[in-house]
Amino acid sequence: MASDDVKLIGAWASPYVMRPRIALNLKGVEYEFLEEKFGSKSELLLKSNPVYKKIPVLLHGGKPICESLIIVQYIDEAWSGHSILPSDPYHRAVARFWGHYIDDKWFPALTGISRAPTDEAKKEAIEQVFAGLKFLEEVLEKSGAGKPFFGGDTIGYIDIALGCNLGWLRATEKLSGLTYLDESKTPLLVCWAEKFSAHEAVKCVMPETDKLVEFAQMLKAKFSAPPSK
Amino acid sequence: MTAEKEVKLLGLWASPFVIRAKIALALKGVEYEYFEENLRNKSELLLKSNPVYKKVPVLIHNGKPICESMIIVQYIDDVWSGVGPSIVPSDPFDAAMARFWSHYVDDKWFPSYDDVVNGETREAKIDASREAMAVLQPLEEAFEKQSKGKHFFGGETIGFLDIALGSYLVWIKAGEKITGLEFFDKLPNLSAWAECFWAHDVVKAVMPEVDAVVDFAKKIQAKFNSPPPPTN
Repeated sequence: MASDDVKLIGAWASPYVMRPRIALNLKGVEYEFLEEKFGSKSELLLKSNPVYKKIPVLLHGGKPICESLIIVQYIDEAWSGHSILPSDPYHRAVARFWGHYIDDKWFPALTGISRAPTDEAKKEAIEQVFAGLKFLEEVLEKSGAGKPFFGGDTIGYIDIALGCNLGWLRATEKLSGLTYLDESKTPLLVCWAEKFSAHEAVKCVMPETDKLVEFAQMLKAKFSAPPSK
Repeated sequence: MTAEKEVKLLGLWASPFVIRAKIALALKGVEYEYFEENLRNKSELLLKSNPVYKKVPVLIHNGKPICESMIIVQYIDDVWSGVGPSIVPSDPFDAAMARFWSHYVDDKWFPSYDDVVNGETREAKIDASREAMAVLQPLEEAFEKQSKGKHFFGGETIGFLDIALGSYLVWIKAGEKITGLEFFDKLPNLSAWAECFWAHDVVKAVMPEVDAVVDFAKKIQAKFNSPPPPTN
């Protein structure tokens, strides 16, 4: 059952796609990675995710599962081995909450910085990013209890939900000149970021910061040009 | 022993998100203490329990707060797993589908229905209702597969997705009274589902009165039509 046909539709630069990749790596599941071409959507993607037409999509035995954190939960439930979500119901709820917060507030604030139409909006987005990191530093302190990861000794749900954004966080730092992961403000997160990025389930799927910077600059140029969408 | 009694729910009587938590607690037969919040004067307990969003519902179990309605529902299902019906499907694929469609409800449906509530005129509300109905079309199509031929998305019993969507029914019914539109007119699967859901004993016990929601909706309308105070 576990060696059923497993495919993942995704793209190298997407933090959301990194999430199921890390989860599959943690479970030791082999899968075929189907890279979408930038600017166009494959038939398979449109058929597998007709509602959102977005990546990632996991195909397990031909059945599609969509939405990155839902895919991560599916992977955790479908395959045994490394536990991604905590077993305790309260800690599971806490993990789900922070996963939701990262996608609902924190990452949109991060990507919103460069898209902010006014200086005021930019300032607000930057504040939101810092505020979020402060919350997460406290979570790491409380749940980590001196351990390297949010999941304790090993990578867990919050690690995956947050850590997949490190590439873009570093790219944003390079592009803006601002340091978001600051040792003086969030020392635990700085340490965590290094350990997470170096983890064997992560390092092979974490995009290089310079490549993301290049990609961001290409996107900016493309969207500043007369719209052709 | 006392652990079972230490359940509190912070909420707002008309909120579909709070109704979700109430349905889940009722399905599991959990007794709890309910605290009605005033959004213009949020309690210390709410601000302390949900410092990130400062929103309801918040479930407090043995002093520990759990936030976000569908996360609360999953928590209730996890903690009281041996009691009452299972809310989240046990099969991982079915669970993923239930979570996906619940996400869709919050991501796409809720904002579309918000436009109905906030529509300034009856015509605006009717237009918004038609758009909201279109947003439900994928769920109409998904119903047969998800329900496996039974009455609810969860099959024989109310499940995760039933709770996610069904919590809005009182507002949909209020909207029908205000606009005169039959909301599920072109959505036969959802129409049949809504009838079953609405008739369920647990749902009947926790849903507010439709007329009370109609009055509440009119009050919100009046506020929107007058100079807006600063919002949260």
